Amino acid sequence: MRRFIARLLLLSFVTTLPLGVIRAQTRAENPTATLIRNATVLTITHGVLTNADVLIKNGKIAGVGKGLKPSANARVIDGTNKYVMPGIIDCHSHSMLDTINEGTLAVTSMVRTRDVINPTDVDLYRELAGGVTTLNLLHGSANPIGGLNTVVKIKYGRPADEFIFPGAMPGIKFALGENVKRSSNPNLPGVTRRYPNTRMGVEETIREAFSKARDYKKGWDEYRAAVAKGEKNLIAPRRDLQLEPLVEVLEGKRYVHAHCYIASEILMLIGIADEFGFKIKTFQHVLEGYKVAKEIAAHGAGASTFADSWAYKIEAYDAIPYNTAIMTRAGVVVSVNSDSDERARRLNIEAAKAMHWGDLTEEQALKLITINPAIQLGIQDRVGSIEVGKDADLAIWNGHPFSVYSRVDTTLIDGDIFFDRQQDLSRRADLAKERATLEQADPNKAPVQGQVPGAPRRRPRGHEDDDVWEGDRP
Amino acid sequence: MRKVGVRTGEGGDANQWLKGDAEMVLQRVLKCALVVSSALVMLSVTAVAQQIGNPTNQQGIFPPRGTFVIRNARIVTVSGADIESGSVVIRDGKIEAVGATVNAPSGAQTIEGRGLSVYPGMIDAGTNMGLVEVPQGANGTVDTSEVGEFNPNSRAIIAVNPHSAHIGVTRVEGITNVLSAPTGGLISGQATFINLLGTTPKEMAVVPNAALVINYPRLGGGGGGGFGGFQQQFNLAEALTAGERQLDQIRKMLRDAEAYGRSRDAYAKDNSLPRPDLNVMLEALVPYVRAQMPVIFRADREAEIRGAIKFADEMKLKPIILGGDDAWKVASLLKEKNVPVIITGIFGLPNREDDAYDVQYENAAKLQEAGVRYCISSGDPGMEARNLPLYAGMASAYGLSKADALKAVTLYPAQIMNVSDRLGSIEVGKMANLVVTDGDLLEIRTHIRYLFIDGREVPLTSRHTELNDAFKNRK
Repeated sequence: MRRFIARLLLLSFVTTLPLGVIRAQTRAENPTATLIRNATVLTITHGVLTNADVLIKNGKIAGVGKGLKPSANARVIDGTNKYVMPGIIDCHSHSMLDTINEGTLAVTSMVRTRDVINPTDVDLYRELAGGVTTLNLLHGSANPIGGLNTVVKIKYGRPADEFIFPGAMPGIKFALGENVKRSSNPNLPGVTRRYPNTRMGVEETIREAFSKARDYKKGWDEYRAAVAKGEKNLIAPRRDLQLEPLVEVLEGKRYVHAHCYIASEILMLIGIADEFGFKIKTFQHVLEGYKVAKEIAAHGAGASTFADSWAYKIEAYDAIPYNTAIMTRAGVVVSVNSDSDERARRLNIEAAKAMHWGDLTEEQALKLITINPAIQLGIQDRVGSIEVGKDADLAIWNGHPFSVYSRVDTTLIDGDIFFDRQQDLSRRADLAKERATLEQADPNKAPVQGQVPGAPRRRPRGHEDDDVWEGDRP
Repeated sequence: MRKVGVRTGEGGDANQWLKGDAEMVLQRVLKCALVVSSALVMLSVTAVAQQIGNPTNQQGIFPPRGTFVIRNARIVTVSGADIESGSVVIRDGKIEAVGATVNAPSGAQTIEGRGLSVYPGMIDAGTNMGLVEVPQGANGTVDTSEVGEFNPNSRAIIAVNPHSAHIGVTRVEGITNVLSAPTGGLISGQATFINLLGTTPKEMAVVPNAALVINYPRLGGGGGGGFGGFQQQFNLAEALTAGERQLDQIRKMLRDAEAYGRSRDAYAKDNSLPRPDLNVMLEALVPYVRAQMPVIFRADREAEIRGAIKFADEMKLKPIILGGDDAWKVASLLKEKNVPVIITGIFGLPNREDDAYDVQYENAAKLQEAGVRYCISSGDPGMEARNLPLYAGMASAYGLSKADALKAVTLYPAQIMNVSDRLGSIEVGKMANLVVTDGDLLEIRTHIRYLFIDGREVPLTSRHTELNDAFKNRK
């Protein structure tokens, strides 16, 4: 037990210390104005500007062009030989979520990722170091209708509340296919299989849920109409937290982000949505989207996919890296996401793959991780391009972000620096010293001569929403 | 009088690849009887597996060796200086000539290379290529891991599937060779070094049995758990003894193999000695315990890497570290003992909460600086081995020179796998595994324009290009 406490102590020191450092820097040292001077600016919506400046005031982009003048107390960043792009937006993330799947029921629209966000997840910092600034935190894919999403800016070092992206459209996770069928779950003796078990059952589950939601909405609509007419002594319908978000979907107030793989299930969900009169905002993963690209475009849905992750399971066997390009050419708004804290750190390269496989233009490929995911999350007026008036969420690279040889130098959110490579490097010696001191402290000494138990923290590679099954294993 | 067959693990001659001895054949027949009966049970499962694969390969394409001259191209030889504008001649599967000016043999097919670059094919020394098609939900396609802890006689070359869709998908990105390794237990089996071309394992084999693979015992078993291992609450003392016990088991088996080899050789010289009983497991280990062939230790953490080096020293093996996340911490020892590292984790998240964000990205540059022999691999089962150049690119973004990043996926893996006499650079006499590109081989925006493996021009088609062609114009 003492050993346990000792490790706990070490853990708390190690995790809070760098945070403290960052907090001090972001709060005290961030001035209200910044000028990035003489850089190549990838505006996304207005082409590429060379030897250009970006002026930031009060967290917003105040000017883009040549020869901009900083105010007297502004911070100036030399952008010579550097590239500035909008902060990368990851439309499918599970970072900073303490738990991902409430998989005990087929419909869990009453649970919220907002309730389980952990602002100290160190992977957030690693994602900032890859130029990422905004995440769509999604529930997992254990059930046809999952929990509610949370859109955040990665304000690492700040309290959880400050992460929340104000004004982002509320969303909900749906899921189809193998994960929902629990294909990878062992069929244990004595344990009842959770419905559904087939893609037929998945359709029926969603249909039933929306039928109930439509009824529920009708009850409320009638009640409100009666109240409006001045009728007295009415009893309001019983509030249903499970159906409420689905009513919001029916009313177009909540975006559906639907995990899917194969063509038939994509068509199935389009069919239900058309029938009930709502839209799927994004198909997530959508690895066979290329087979039904015109149907996705006709429905008006977006697609959020990746170049890789083919063949890791049967429903991904027909995935091809040309998917992004084919859907884009069909008129679908496409983004490239991570679904993985690891992959999130290199979304620039994931987007560039659409130039390699499918020959998208550089501008089309850049949109996959900037303005397109912004549209998919309803935040396109705030982020996703470098335009006057937008939030100053920027990533500054030491080379073109589509080159494998490039890395991020600085990442800003709302004009504040949240990652800076030089700062990071300059802190390392101190952190190492700190760690060494802590390890020498009596309660933290290694329990066995010569060897400290390793601290393996190997996260699964990718597909995080597939891997975590919680709550229903005996 | 029987003569005990010698199955060397040594490669070089692809014709040696299937030689066994009568006893082993007999045992195999018995085993087969079992396998066949269980195979019948599994038939419904494997039926699925048989439908999937690489359509291109299933048409049996194994193009003939041709005579080619690539002219006016930039030639990145890797082993020497770049030739800004020169030619490469390919004949009989080999590079016949390379230089600013060469004499093209008559009848050679000419490839105009203006604006293009010629590189040696890339080599990924950390895959399970062809041993697994779909890891989840299609068990019938998974052949990576045998039952039990000790399988030195299980050989990847036997199970590698030439028709795996992963192979076509990988090679069209300029990766011409891989090491495909089994994964299970403590002694996993023997890895194979193959060309990514061929309709049979034999046609693919470069070094059929290229290395023995040992999973160096991990503290606390399979890893995982949270910081400091709270989540699994393991007993540290118990974990340490378990690791030592496993190491002892490996040690004992390797010592037995040494003794077995000695008595076998003694008997071969003098048949009046007692004839040693055939032991297929020990037989398989002989070339490895004699350090004629390398032993790959899977080891990521510092303690494991140090442990593997110490163990290899003690047993006088020829070790290679596979994984090597913490190799940079062990750099001076790796250098001193001349132990090479196949780095697999460049894209991996840092293992510890307080590791620098770029600790894995920087690993290769630190090993380079320390003078350690290393190469960069994907560490992927096979489907995403095509990302190999991106791993090297990331290592270069974090400190490795571009030239070294290129070597890390061409010449260095060839040297580590002891095939640099045949592969890894553009030199006269080497196997003609060449890639012609429209730009820097490691850049993601670059496209591959021509591909040669073993002097055969390989069509740039794969399961993915075929699905793309089938659907890209759907109206």
